Amino acid sequence: MLADKDRIFTNLYGFQDWGLKAAQQRGDWDDTKALIARGHDNIIEEMKASGLRGRGGAGFPTGLKWSFMPKESKDGRPSFLVINADESEPGSCKDREIIRHDPHKLIEGALVAGYAMRARAAYIYIRGEYIREAETLQKAVDQAYDQGLIGRNACKSGYDFDVFVHRGAGAYICGEETAMIESLEGKKGQPRLKPPFPAGAGLYGCPTTVNNVESIAVVPTILRRGASWFASFGRENNKGTKLFQISGHVNKPCVVEEALSIPFSELIEKHCGGITGGKDNLLAVIPGGSSVPLVPAEQIWDAPMDFDGLKDLGSGLGTAGVIVMDKSTDIVRAISRISYFYKHESCGQCTPCREGTGWMWRMMERLRTGDAAIEEIDMLQQVTKQVEGHTICALGDAAAWPIQGLIRHFRPELERRIEEHNAKFAEAAE
Amino acid sequence: MADRSPAPDTPELRERWGAFEFTESSRERADKAIARYPEGRQRSAVMPLLDLAQRQVGEETDTQGWLPLPVIEYVADYLDMPVIRVLEVASFYFMYNMKPVGKYHVQVCGTTPCMLRGSDGLFETCKKRGMSKGHVSEDGLWTLTEVECMGNCATAPMVQINDDNYEDLTPARLDEILDELAAGKQPKTGTQIAGKRTSEPEGGPTTLKEMVDANHDYRKEW
Repeated sequence: MLADKDRIFTNLYGFQDWGLKAAQQRGDWDDTKALIARGHDNIIEEMKASGLRGRGGAGFPTGLKWSFMPKESKDGRPSFLVINADESEPGSCKDREIIRHDPHKLIEGALVAGYAMRARAAYIYIRGEYIREAETLQKAVDQAYDQGLIGRNACKSGYDFDVFVHRGAGAYICGEETAMIESLEGKKGQPRLKPPFPAGAGLYGCPTTVNNVESIAVVPTILRRGASWFASFGRENNKGTKLFQISGHVNKPCVVEEALSIPFSELIEKHCGGITGGKDNLLAVIPGGSSVPLVPAEQIWDAPMDFDGLKDLGSGLGTAGVIVMDKSTDIVRAISRISYFYKHESCGQCTPCREGTGWMWRMMERLRTGDAAIEEIDMLQQVTKQVEGHTICALGDAAAWPIQGLIRHFRPELERRIEEHNAKFAEAAE
Repeated sequence: MADRSPAPDTPELRERWGAFEFTESSRERADKAIARYPEGRQRSAVMPLLDLAQRQVGEETDTQGWLPLPVIEYVADYLDMPVIRVLEVASFYFMYNMKPVGKYHVQVCGTTPCMLRGSDGLFETCKKRGMSKGHVSEDGLWTLTEVECMGNCATAPMVQINDDNYEDLTPARLDEILDELAAGKQPKTGTQIAGKRTSEPEGGPTTLKEMVDANHDYRKEW
C-alpha cells in the first residue's frame, strides 16, 4: 500500500481547512518562485520524465501535450491554459474532492503549468452542479490574489498570470476539450472538428491546452519531489499515484489515492471493506467510468488497475471511477441506464450519435425485458459499430462501448431474457 | 439532447417579466463576471449572467428560478448578443429552467452508480409525497427532476436540492430532509451517515489517519 507520506492529496477528505494558511502548512505554495525559476522547458522535461499521463480519461502524456504549445507568439496571440473541472462521467468524483478540500494545489499547479506552457491565464471550467465547490474555489482564488501568489508578478517571479473560474451549467459534453472551449466562448457546448487542434487554435482562436484538474494539481508536488519519485510508483508506462473512486456494491465506497497498477482486489479489500456479500458475489466491474466496457468478475479480480492493464482486458482506466456490481444487479438495466445517460447528453450535432444514442437506448430497454428477437442482439452490435468512430467527438464511442462490453460478456443473459419472454408470450397464446 | 423549448410568449408573460432588469447587486456581479474575459469577448459571460438572472427570478418568485423569454432578451441586450444566441445557450444547458419550478427543486440522481445504491427508493419517497417528474407540486413547494450523474458517486445515492447536496441517503432520511425543508429549516448537507466526514470509507479513513485530528505536514517524512 502507498505510504501516507507519498500521497499528494493529504487533505483529500477535508478533515482540515482548505484555506491558504492551512494549505501552506501542508506544503502548498512553498517557494513556488523557485519552481518557476527552473524555466519553461525544464519544467516540461521534468513532467515528461515523471511519466504523468492525463488523469481525465484519455491518458495522453501531460508533458508531451504541453510541449505542443508555441514557444513564442509570432502574431501577438496569447496562450491559454484551460483546466477541465467539468467532472461528469458517471462513477467519477475525484476532482470535486480536490476542489473543495485542496483547492490551492490546483491553483498553484495552474500557475506552474501555465508558466511552463507560456500561457497568459488559466480558466478553470467547473461543472455547474458543483455549486458549493465553485464557491470554495473562487474564495481560494481570491486568497491567492490577495497574497500576490497569482496575478501580476505572481509569487514575485516576474511572471504575470491570471486564474479565472468559469461555471458550467449542466452539460456532460462540455468535458470534451473543444466543447469546453466553445462553452467558454459563450456558445452551446458542441465539439469542434479537429484539426486545428487547440494547441494551434483553441480559446478565442489562441493556442490552448486543456488539462484535467488532477493532472494540474499534482504538478507542484512532482516538481518538488522530482520526476523519479513520481515514476517510482506503478508499472512501466503507467507511472505515479492516482485518485481511485469506488462506487456501487462495495461495503464502504470511497475515494482514495493509490499507486497506479494496484491490483483490483487490493483496492477493494484494503479500502472498501470488500464486495457486498463477499468476493464470490461479484458480478462485473466498470473500471473507468461509464464510458468503458465492463469486465466480468473472474477477469478483474487480479488485474492491475492502470491504463495498459485494463486495456488488455478490453476496457480502460478512464477516470478510475470504479463501478462495482454484485450478483443482485440487473446488469442489462445497469447498462441500459448508461445508454439513457448518453442519449440525454448527446449534443445533437452529429447524426449517428444524436439518432443512434436514442435508438440504442430504446433497444436496450427492450432487451431488458426480453421483448426482442435473438437476431436483434447482433443488429444492436452492428449499430454500435456504425456509431463508433463516425462522430466528431468520442461521445458516440463512449455510448457504444458499454453496450459492446455487455454483449461480449453477457450475451447468454440477453438470450435467456428473450427466450423467457417469448415462452411467456407463447403460453398466453395457447 | 434535452428537448427543451421556452415557455410560450404570451401577453401575460410580457406583462409579468417585460420590465425585468438586474438589481444593483446582480449588476455588480454581472459586470465582475464580464471582466473575467478579454475585451470584446463579453459573450463568454452569457452563462454566469443567465445563472444570475435565473437566481434573481427565483428571489422574486420564491422558487429556484427560471428563465422567461423577456429575461433572456434582457441578458442578450446586456451582452450585445442576438437573442437567439442566448436562447440556444439557455435551452442547451440543463441547469437553466425553461419553465417555472417549485421553491425546492428536488434533483434525484438516477444514473447507474446511484441506481446501484438505491436511487429507486428515493424516487418512491418523492412520489409518495405527491411529486411527479417535471411538475410543480400543488403547494408550489416541490419540483422533482431525475438528473444525470452529479459527481457524488462514492457517496451515492444523492439528491441535490437547490444549491445543496444530500449524500449517502436512505428513503427514510430523504423523507426527513424534505420535512425539514417544508418546515423552513436547513437540514444537514453532505453525507447523511453519522460520524462520516465526506468521501472516506465509512467508519474512518484507511489512509491519512494523522489528518483526522491535526493538520499534519508529511514533508518531514519525505
